[in-house]
Amino acid sequence: MSTATVERPPAAEPARRGRRRLLGALSGIAQVWLLVLLVIAWELVTRAVDDEFFPPPSAILPALRDMWFSGPAGDLFLTEKARADFGPSFRNLFLGWGLAGVIGVAGGVLIGRSRALGHLVEPVLHFLRSVPPPTLIPFLLALLDLGTQMQVATIVFGVVWPVLLNTIDGVRSVDRLQLETARVFGITGWLRMRRVILPSAAPKIFAGLRVSLGFALILMVISELVGAGQGIGAHILLAQQAFEIPQMWGGIVLLGVLGCLFNLVFALVERRALAWHDNARRND
Amino acid sequence: MSENMLEIDGLTHSYGDHTVLEKMSLRVPRGELVSIVGPSGCGKSTLLRCIAGLVRPTGGRVVLDGTAIDGVPDELAVVFQDYSRSLLPWLTVRDNVALPLRRRGGSRAERRAAAEEALTSVGLDGAGRKYPWQLSGGMQQRVSIARALAYRPSLLLMDEPFGSVDAQTREDLEDLVLRVHRDEGMTILLVTHDIDESVYVGDRVVVLGRDPGGVRAELPVHLPAPRDQTTTRAHPDFVSLRTEVSTLVRGAAAPTKTVVHE
Repeated sequence: MSTATVERPPAAEPARRGRRRLLGALSGIAQVWLLVLLVIAWELVTRAVDDEFFPPPSAILPALRDMWFSGPAGDLFLTEKARADFGPSFRNLFLGWGLAGVIGVAGGVLIGRSRALGHLVEPVLHFLRSVPPPTLIPFLLALLDLGTQMQVATIVFGVVWPVLLNTIDGVRSVDRLQLETARVFGITGWLRMRRVILPSAAPKIFAGLRVSLGFALILMVISELVGAGQGIGAHILLAQQAFEIPQMWGGIVLLGVLGCLFNLVFALVERRALAWHDNARRND
Repeated sequence: MSENMLEIDGLTHSYGDHTVLEKMSLRVPRGELVSIVGPSGCGKSTLLRCIAGLVRPTGGRVVLDGTAIDGVPDELAVVFQDYSRSLLPWLTVRDNVALPLRRRGGSRAERRAAAEEALTSVGLDGAGRKYPWQLSGGMQQRVSIARALAYRPSLLLMDEPFGSVDAQTREDLEDLVLRVHRDEGMTILLVTHDIDESVYVGDRVVVLGRDPGGVRAELPVHLPAPRDQTTTRAHPDFVSLRTEVSTLVRGAAAPTKTVVHE
């Protein structure tokens, strides 16, 4: 049948797309310049003030490089200290975040798909979510000793909520027509979960995971500041106690950069995984 | 077993105080294409949802192939009006068509082949790797039809399937339904609010009325085959039939109670 050729898929006009790309590039350049200007201002102000507690970036960056990034090229320029500091931090961060993600999604699916269970546990969830996670550190310390277990537990408890609540919301707000379509065509059970419910909830689940990643970084640092002895947070504390102010600032700057980097990588993964979502909405 | 594919007896459905369908009865012989037409609010969609097992009627029963419907029947497929929500945007066109075939077993390759075959039969060969949102509305509705065909139902329900496409596409899709009906010989129930469409595609037109909803008239359609958008619509029988249906629908729309409609 050849009538299908009459119907043409909607295509964005190339002129408009070109202009959008140009605007995007311009705003990107503006963003970079603002950052450069701020760093220059930081340098000038700290030099003018000349305070030991506020070293200029020109003192922080060499300290940063000497501490962590002056290693052999074969080790990606990482120093011995870098591996000792980053290793435990990243392990705790991703272990905690990963566990929270798995628990959050699995629990969210269970609670979201069962009205009775949701009704039962929701007040408890809202209470637990409202407990500021760092307040649990003393309790977890008593329970689990200093170290990885306590740190991971802190992160998991602190960041599981956005994933859990967003998953509950996501699996509950699956389009009614999509569910009816699944029913009519006999798509049930695990197949329905995997092919209909989870993909439909994915945008909300991803949003929860993204918020969690930010929290996880914060909790990672806090748990290390409590006296873990290792990790980037511990380094900041030790540098401060040793009065190595540029080294302490180096840790702070590093954490800021890491936060941005994680966010960026996550955004890229999210955009790939949810390409259908953006496109489907744009063409609506 | 009778030759009726579908037997509806005393079907009644209410949403709260509002009775949408009251003691409605209908027989549909195997292989027939029945158009169901009526004013808005006559319970056309509710009727279809009761047959599909998506709604449990408050009274009466629907018997499909000799078995009273309780839940969604296996041998039934539905083409919904809102294709953009009924197709899953995260799956390719081919996977959308192949997904319902999972319960029928068979290898992945077999399911894909069946999906491609169905897509070809609706004029969408080569579109399998695209996503639904990359296609025009008419093409998306073709995908919905292909999904229903690949499922090989003995009863196909269509709920105002061409309500949201433009006139030219609508005519193409009407002809597609006629061809599918001729080639596959399945029983089709097509709900529409378009009077011309109901006459053009139907072997029989069932006119529903509202307040309360029920069958007002059943008119057999005897038009020369094959039907054609230009000649059939100009045929004197078509013209007189569409006038008759139109009069019936208007009469059915006149409320027997005082009801305010927008």
